[in-house]
Amino acid sequence: MERNLALIALFAALIAALGLIPKLTLAFGVPITAQSMGVMLCGTVLGARRGALAVLLFLALVALGLPLLAGGRGGLGVFASPTVGFLIGFPVAAFVTGFIVERWRGNLALVSALASVIGGILVLYVFGIAGLAFMLDKTLTEAALLVTAFIPGDLIKAGLAGGITSGLARARPESVLSRG
Amino acid sequence: MISLTSPVRIWAHSARAGVKLGLLSLATGALFATESPVLLGVAAAGAGALYVSGGTEFARAGLRSLRLLWPFLLVIAIWHGLTGQIAAGIAVTLRLLTAVALANFVTMTTQLSDMIAVMSSLLAPVRRLGLSTRALELSVALVVRFTPTLARKGQDLVESWRARSPRRPGWQIVIPMAALAIDDAEQVAEALRARGGME
Repeated sequence: MERNLALIALFAALIAALGLIPKLTLAFGVPITAQSMGVMLCGTVLGARRGALAVLLFLALVALGLPLLAGGRGGLGVFASPTVGFLIGFPVAAFVTGFIVERWRGNLALVSALASVIGGILVLYVFGIAGLAFMLDKTLTEAALLVTAFIPGDLIKAGLAGGITSGLARARPESVLSRG
Repeated sequence: MISLTSPVRIWAHSARAGVKLGLLSLATGALFATESPVLLGVAAAGAGALYVSGGTEFARAGLRSLRLLWPFLLVIAIWHGLTGQIAAGIAVTLRLLTAVALANFVTMTTQLSDMIAVMSSLLAPVRRLGLSTRALELSVALVVRFTPTLARKGQDLVESWRARSPRRPGWQIVIPMAALAIDDAEQVAEALRARGGME
């Protein structure tokens, strides 16, 4: 109980910290924010339920008014902005990612990367695109066009999330709860 | 940690947080219920008046926090400019600006402690059912406490990377950062158990 609670809280803090440190160069010299990778990692490391709870906790603190989203954004305004769908999708994305890693007992790096693609991109974008379509009063196809530019970057993050998860499994084997 | 509450105190700071949040949900619901550019324009003017009532400095800070919307406003302008649905474009723009501005207004004029108090009172029915909300309250405190700590540790990792390598810091530092988070979590868990645990 205490361990679950502490891990959930610390991973919520990790998502926040990944948005606070300066942008990292993830690939090809392109600096992108690592925050959505934090959401994937919550799923791949903590598993479905705990991962989703960590992301929910993070979102609750954003709503309470802490500037924890990348770029120092936060407060209730972000839940009224066009990207609200992505925020709503975050916990679901972490849940789906974690669920796949828990059930599919293959190579951890590969499974985590694929789970991140399905949960952290496919599922997340369904929510994100629906949110954009609603907030901007566009059709789903039109909204989807607006976000295609971000998919390559997210594919890189999913691949990295796989590598990071297997690295963590070697460094702290007993803490990768998705395979516990 | 710095919250988004405005350091410039205005009249709305002393209004009750629960009332502000209730009015905000009603207003947001109303904004999405109408398509009329005129009604939405009135709403936008009302939101603007709220900001102006807080003085120039407050209004300027409010304007700054709307900046994150410009890519979307640009997309709407291009889109509706090309398709010729100008009235619809104006309605979407006004609704977006007003909804975000009103939500930001509540965040800017409500202290973190008041927000937490509202959350706590919303959870009262859960407590009455016999479920403990202590885990939630404790984890909120833990995140507030550990986010700056982890961010500082991440900053240290970035700096030691810079000392060793001419290249820019990369994703590699996320592994030690996550490992540090796990180590902190294990220690916190042990400390909680040592103090009698969650029961």
